[in-house]
Amino acid sequence: MARAVSTRRKAIVTVIAWGIGLAIFFPILWTILTSFKTEADAIASPPKFLFFDWTFENYVTVQERSDYFRHFWNSVVMSVGSTVLALIIAIPAAWSMAFIPGRWTKDVLMWMLSTKMMPAVGVLVPMYLMFRDLGLLDTVSGLVIILTLINLPIVVWMLYTYFKEIPGEILEAARMDGANLRSEIIYVLTPMAVPGIASTMLLNIILAWNEAFWTLNLTAAKAAPLTAFIASYSSPEGLFYAKLSAASTMAIAPILIMGWFSQKQLVRGLTFGAVK
Amino acid sequence: MATQASRAAARLMISPAVVLLLLWMIVPLGMTIYFSFLRYNLLMPGTEAFAGFDNYKYFLTDPAFFTSIKNTLVLVLGVLIITVGGGIALALLLDQPLWGQGIVRVLVIAPFFVMPTVSALVWKNMFFNPVNGLFAYAAKAVGLQPFDFLSQAPMFSIIIIVAWQWLPFATLILLTAMQSLDSEQLEAAEMDGASWGNRFIYIMVPHLTRAVTVVILIQTIFLLSTFAEILVTTNGGPGTATTNLTYLVYMQSLLQFDVGGGSAGGIIAVILANIVAIFLMRMIGKNLET
Repeated sequence: MARAVSTRRKAIVTVIAWGIGLAIFFPILWTILTSFKTEADAIASPPKFLFFDWTFENYVTVQERSDYFRHFWNSVVMSVGSTVLALIIAIPAAWSMAFIPGRWTKDVLMWMLSTKMMPAVGVLVPMYLMFRDLGLLDTVSGLVIILTLINLPIVVWMLYTYFKEIPGEILEAARMDGANLRSEIIYVLTPMAVPGIASTMLLNIILAWNEAFWTLNLTAAKAAPLTAFIASYSSPEGLFYAKLSAASTMAIAPILIMGWFSQKQLVRGLTFGAVK
Repeated sequence: MATQASRAAARLMISPAVVLLLLWMIVPLGMTIYFSFLRYNLLMPGTEAFAGFDNYKYFLTDPAFFTSIKNTLVLVLGVLIITVGGGIALALLLDQPLWGQGIVRVLVIAPFFVMPTVSALVWKNMFFNPVNGLFAYAAKAVGLQPFDFLSQAPMFSIIIIVAWQWLPFATLILLTAMQSLDSEQLEAAEMDGASWGNRFIYIMVPHLTRAVTVVILIQTIFLLSTFAEILVTTNGGPGTATTNLTYLVYMQSLLQFDVGGGSAGGIIAVILANIVAIFLMRMIGKNLET
């Protein structure tokens, strides 16, 4: 009867796991549901779960009142821009460390990592003053610069761990077949490196999108990305739960979807290869 | 000499990244150290003067400083206890055979992708609010007085918000570590008659220790810098009840325009973070050798 017992056990585990999973997900689900309610329904007592008048009105209002898509676009430019810039700088570095390692490679890697350990608040004052003097305060390009710098170590590290997995023998085989450096890179290495680069890109966009120290401190109304825009709901006027929910849903939806695709890379990227 | 040429090429390829990070590390940090020895307030331009260790003295004798250190520790430890404890439990649970495992995992890790300002405001308004929040409604439904979370238990509330964001991270990493466990070893132990308890203590725990250490160290680095959640919920209050070191430095420098004092606080934060970082770097460095 071992089989019957194990099915029952599986059923129990399933019920518990789904219960906990839904409980953890509930605040997100509740935000999404609330975004489709009227403000009155959003604070109704008892709370309305599914049976209310579904409306898209909040999404329209948020856009009309606060030019939502400008902030959304700021987030897009900031996260994609900083990621592309970081990749351009990091790919050659990671490449050379993985394929032409020297005596100092390990030390360079560890040192790069150590720059990531510096708490942002330790350089808040000089960065603020520098940004003010260079006219970079409240500009998207200023954010692109700072996010490139703070995420560069993670990008180099992730790429390095991916490139490290490309077997060196393949290069030797290609060389024996008479491939020169150029065709080696184009036909052999690039196809093998693309998945790693794509994963790195995905994770870095997520991290940049959600960054909430520099984006809050270095922007005001004009260049505010979604993190800073949503923060403006901390001192609202009137009823705002449904509008807050609509703005929040649009801010988290794209990243939630990308995040689900990048579960595996998340572990590698955030533990610097210490857990695989 | 192909190798020498490739060495030179390698150096050339690394240099942009190295130079940028070197500048990023040295220039602002050097400026912070320099400012920390100045009497420098943005509201009084032109009065900058060398101040020796006065800023440090001021910062270290400010009663808010010790409160902020205490708050930082309570926040970090509180979140670590919830996320590591919960993460181990969830990883053990999700590692069992169950229907819809992939979907449950997606549900569990979702909070990690929610930006800090969104999660803080959603919890603050839609759950913790003593009038319209779901918790207040639940309390009334069972005949209790609604509890004003953010004014009566502000630090506890922030711990809940931050722990909700980091529980997925701990779970995901511990689950990954669990799944890399050699299942043959476990089966062999089971056949030899080892109970689940013994298998847990003698096989799973040693295997997970490393992953738990990594989770603790990485989370500590991030949690020391908790900022947005405090800014949008309590503004460090009531009083200084939720002011952590990061928030105190922010107030000192960007709200009171005291560049010197804020810089001294920033340097203290850097020193504290470095103590944690040294341990983390050792763990990662060991992994690099194998």
